[in-house]
Amino acid sequence: MNTHLNSFRTQPDDRGHFGQFGGRYVAETLMPLVLDLEREYRKAQADPAFQAEFDDLLEHYVGRPSPLYFAPRITEELGGAQVWFKRDELNHTGAHKINNCIGQILLAMRMGKTRIIAETGAGQHGVATATVCARFGLPCVIYMGAEDVKRQAPNVFRMKLLGAEVIPVTSGGATLKDAMNEGLRDWVANVHDTFYIIGTAAGPHPYPEMVRNFQSVIGTEARAQMLSRVGRLPDLLVACIGGGSNALGLFHPFLDDADVKMLGVEAAGHGLDGDQHAASLLGGSPGVLHGNRTYLLQDEDGQITEGHSISAGLDYPGIGPEHAWLKESGRVDYTAVTDDEALEGFQLLCRTEGIIPALEPSHAIAAVAKVAPTMPKDSIVLMNLCGRGDKDIFTVAEKLGVEL
Amino acid sequence: MTRIQSTFAQPRPALVCFITAGDGDTAANLDALVEAGADVIELGMPFTDPMADGPAIQAANLRSLGAGTTTADVLRYASEFRARHPNVPLVLMGYANPMVRRGPEWFAAAAAAAGVDGVICVDIPPEEDDALGPALRAKGIAPIRLATPTTDAARLPQVLAGSEGFLYYVSVAGITGKQQAVQASIEEAVARLKQSTNLPIAVGFGVRTPEQAAAIAKVADGVVVGSALVEICGEFGKDAPGKLKELTSALASAVHSARQEHA
Repeated sequence: MNTHLNSFRTQPDDRGHFGQFGGRYVAETLMPLVLDLEREYRKAQADPAFQAEFDDLLEHYVGRPSPLYFAPRITEELGGAQVWFKRDELNHTGAHKINNCIGQILLAMRMGKTRIIAETGAGQHGVATATVCARFGLPCVIYMGAEDVKRQAPNVFRMKLLGAEVIPVTSGGATLKDAMNEGLRDWVANVHDTFYIIGTAAGPHPYPEMVRNFQSVIGTEARAQMLSRVGRLPDLLVACIGGGSNALGLFHPFLDDADVKMLGVEAAGHGLDGDQHAASLLGGSPGVLHGNRTYLLQDEDGQITEGHSISAGLDYPGIGPEHAWLKESGRVDYTAVTDDEALEGFQLLCRTEGIIPALEPSHAIAAVAKVAPTMPKDSIVLMNLCGRGDKDIFTVAEKLGVEL
Repeated sequence: MTRIQSTFAQPRPALVCFITAGDGDTAANLDALVEAGADVIELGMPFTDPMADGPAIQAANLRSLGAGTTTADVLRYASEFRARHPNVPLVLMGYANPMVRRGPEWFAAAAAAAGVDGVICVDIPPEEDDALGPALRAKGIAPIRLATPTTDAARLPQVLAGSEGFLYYVSVAGITGKQQAVQASIEEAVARLKQSTNLPIAVGFGVRTPEQAAAIAKVADGVVVGSALVEICGEFGKDAPGKLKELTSALASAVHSARQEHA
């Protein structure tokens, strides 16, 4: 019997579909480009030299493998399962985003592209993209919603220091989805020389698969580290979800480990009962946007609605199509935590472990704080600590009523 | 023959005019286009995220949605247009999500009931045809596909398979309303497309003036003008119909007489 029949790790199909999700919903001008990208990516996957260069850069430039850390004081405070963190916030540039950027820029250079574009919300993907462009000497244009440019001034400055041109996007709501629209418009007008480094596991095929695969270094390392440190796999994986690349990176290598449960944590903003949230899976419905069919925040006419989250990195009205499929297949559970709960999670980690997390994984911390106490003391929760919080101290100070 | 086929069966080239539904007085704007000589109407369905459009049509989408335009409104504009203009082909143009929101069958049935002749969906390429194409064909609505400068010879047959009505040649790799293609490249492209299909070929993107339109009409079966008309809707609001008529008349006489001058 074919052992792959029951595998959760064989998606997408050859058309880029994860069940009814995913696909290639792009304008005809881009279609030959995404087909070409897929061909080149397949060649790169089959080339040991490509993987070797990727691995070498992750080790010596990014600082991988990231540590697997047992967090004793938060474990004690929560009084249930052992809490472990995959420390991807210790990567160069301070988040998991760089893993994917290294992979994509190597592919861009392999394809002979000479100009890089990207979209960014909180600025983490923009900084990571600007970083790899500086490292390899390629010109870089970052599209960022004008609202986010205001909210994330330190990251805008970082990108500029790294030599990127940051273009504020004023169309639509002037946030991440509008930056992505502008990235697609740039790409369609500069197809001959430009590579679009999409920052999350979304967009037209092969991006969701490709980004997941580059990010899977997180779960592959964590799985080996766990086996080496405690001799068994964790009982529960937890990760926050905006587009969902850090969660897929952690989850994917464990998907066929039937005893490992998984929990994706969306941003509930001010609460799922209103419209001020960014929980596409729990509060949205299937539709087509930015090249793929997935869960979206939308009205009854299919107009996209603006998400809200305290975290600019989770504030996107869609989600990677593989998460939509994992939800429908039942393999992964999804929950959402509010801005206030995330803020408590943020402070909890600062206080108990001496780690200032980004607001994105603070959502995952809040979920861990709910679920760990309900689990036996010999069970293990592994959470992806996917970003550090330096960028968020101004937002947190404001929410806590502190003037800096 | 369908309305689209009858229109392109005429010996003269056709002028195809695009405006965004719900941007200003849509009925009056549409009437102005027809009265001034437009042969085919493309009615844009507004979308929050028009990622293939330039600033002019982006702004029109936002104006329309800002005024509260719904899918029901767009379909009502279409059915009222059909009642007033029984013979003028009407094509809905837009993005996938508003079209598939209630299911492709619902949309195809509603569009057919409104007298719509064809649908151009920007972000459903042939690879994803299942998302809408079969439902449209089942209701006798032409799925109108786009070919672009990046559509090479190997790919063209896939684009043409399942295309109906006319083939929309996007003359520049880019977004709407921006730059104009070099005339020679359009002539070369249309000649190449003509070798592969009997569908009429309409050329658009970046066409703004009667002179450009006339040059394209010498080789193509139709010329599409959008952003220049949409800009008039944006600038003149309720007073747009008169201005639309002026530009459309000039475009129509340039397009309709293009081949006579040539001969």
